[in-house]
Amino acid sequence: MAPITVVTGRALPLRGNELDTDRIMPARFLKAVTFDGLEKHVFEDDRKDNPSHPFNNAAYQGASLLVVNENFGCGSSREHAPQGLLRWGIKAIVGESFSEIFRGNSSVLGVPCFTAAKADIEKLQAHIEQHPDVVVTADLSTGRITAGDVTVQGALPAGVRDAFLTDKWNPTAMLLADYDDVKATAARLPYVAGF
Amino acid sequence: MPTLFEKVWNAHAVRTLPSGQTQLFVGLHLVHEVTSPQAFDMLRQHGWTVAYPQRTFATVDHIVPTSSQKRPFIDLTAEEMTTALERNCRQYGIQLFAPGDDATGQQGIVHVIGPELGLTQPGMTIACGDSHTSTHGALGAIAFGIGTSQVRDVLASQTLAMDPLKVRRIEVNGTLKPGVYAKDVILTIIRRLGVNGGVGYAYEYGGSTIDNMSIDERMTICNMSIEGGARVGYVNPDEKTFAFLKGRKYAPQGDAWDRAVAWWKSLASDPDATYDDHVVINAEEIEPTVTWGINPSQSVGVSEPISTKDQEALTYMGFTDGQKVAGTKIDVAFIGSCTNGRLSDLEEAARFVKGRHVAPHVKALVVPGSQEVRRQAEAKGLDKIFTAAGFEWRGAGCSMCLAMNPDKLVGNQISASSSNRNFKGRQGSPTGRTMLMSPVMVAAAAIAGEVTDVRLMLEEVTA
Ligand code: SF4
Repeated sequence: MAPITVVTGRALPLRGNELDTDRIMPARFLKAVTFDGLEKHVFEDDRKDNPSHPFNNAAYQGASLLVVNENFGCGSSREHAPQGLLRWGIKAIVGESFSEIFRGNSSVLGVPCFTAAKADIEKLQAHIEQHPDVVVTADLSTGRITAGDVTVQGALPAGVRDAFLTDKWNPTAMLLADYDDVKATAARLPYVAGF
Repeated sequence: MPTLFEKVWNAHAVRTLPSGQTQLFVGLHLVHEVTSPQAFDMLRQHGWTVAYPQRTFATVDHIVPTSSQKRPFIDLTAEEMTTALERNCRQYGIQLFAPGDDATGQQGIVHVIGPELGLTQPGMTIACGDSHTSTHGALGAIAFGIGTSQVRDVLASQTLAMDPLKVRRIEVNGTLKPGVYAKDVILTIIRRLGVNGGVGYAYEYGGSTIDNMSIDERMTICNMSIEGGARVGYVNPDEKTFAFLKGRKYAPQGDAWDRAVAWWKSLASDPDATYDDHVVINAEEIEPTVTWGINPSQSVGVSEPISTKDQEALTYMGFTDGQKVAGTKIDVAFIGSCTNGRLSDLEEAARFVKGRHVAPHVKALVVPGSQEVRRQAEAKGLDKIFTAAGFEWRGAGCSMCLAMNPDKLVGNQISASSSNRNFKGRQGSPTGRTMLMSPVMVAAAAIAGEVTDVRLMLEEVTA
């Protein structure tokens, strides 16, 4: 693992509130024992339904950032949703708000989810729509998101931000360090010992 | 003074991690076939093992066919996913409640079998790679859904890196009117607080309506907390909780039982506990409630008109602003899921269905939440009541709640469903339409052939 300090690249504006994980990754693509190939199915039904869906738009292919609205990733806890987005090429998401499970799932995959004010998201989305080639930079230490001459202030929870900056965003190794503490906590719980 | 959430959190906190999050011990880890195979693979790749295999239990629910569970399944991917889980459980010494011929007879939806087997207990932290894990909070546990990478973390360490939650007390008071059920209460709560009103919160449900509810009804409420954005929902343990658990397979026995009850009692929120937020709802005002849109907050009382500016939802569902949901012709009726697939749900629906018949154009399914629910229902003759009325009686699983098995909507069919999500495409057809409601309202819709106010039909019976 390496620290994640800044994410730079072209961006894809995806308008709409409550885009749930069933829409990001319909359930039929969960029928597999690996995450391989999920990038092909991101928003598949929405894309079929709407030929001008941003994920179908040639101008946005190869984008690294996603700019979304409210409660993005609500619904099912399926990690297949952020896994699909990551495999498609998304390395950071900026939105008005996220479901907690989706945001947590993305974080452990190394995909920071920044929140920003509604008006600022609108500015970003509009700017990117007019200039699909604009390079967008999301800076984890300052929270600033810049797209050409538009700069907005984004936010990450402090713990998550620090974890990215100090390359501690994948927690398993941390959870396994000093494992005696875990055993001691377990031993104090009445039910673990069978009351 | 602390809430149950705080007491349970503190008892399970191992330490503060360098990331600022809390390392939390997980008392019970539940696993199913869809979100776990990649986690076991990650475990192997890193050379880790399962830290507490005896605190992990597995079942197969999402992909099982419900017409026959005979192995090998006709659907080869479903068979492969089941085999992968069997192999993983064997390798790491995890108890699996499998479907099929040589099974334990305890297979079922993970959130139905946890409480049924007495695995779910007050004061536990419970995690499962499934967002409806909040269901288990009905017994006074702190239970939350996690993603696959976190399933790997729990397997490897029996702990999770978590941020604490605020607690919102949701008090429901008063007596529910006839024809109004727990499902209507939670749909009303979500309608009132919104689909992301609960982000950052655990929901503590209380008040006289909740106190008077059975554990099954409390599970219906806690189950859908996540649809309101709250990762955790719970009810403080009380005498009903203890009575529910007593004698169950994994519940404490003998002297241990008394010590357990004493501990459980000590965990309930203190009477003067402080909450981050407080909401009060009057049960008497709640009507049978039906969703008309594409997220679970888009609902109305069955006698109310739809009132919205959400054109996308109206267009998808084929409604117009101001229209009433009653009278909407349905194609499919689905009774089941972790929200409403327990014995009491089937009993309530069967009582209504008895002596009536499903409308000829409706395909109606009853899918028990577990094999145990199915056996108990059959012992009471419910299967006969349902089949005589024209319902199909199926094996246990998630079925048409998310349609990862052959039970699916076709085209833009409309389903009256007792499940928990009405998202676009949720029931297996990308253009399929779902209207969520209580199991009795589903039964009424199946019989009338259209969404209907069950109270009118209840009057028919009593008149
Ligand atoms: S019944 Fe539906 S919501 Fe419940 S676990 Fe199964 S798929 Fe998920």
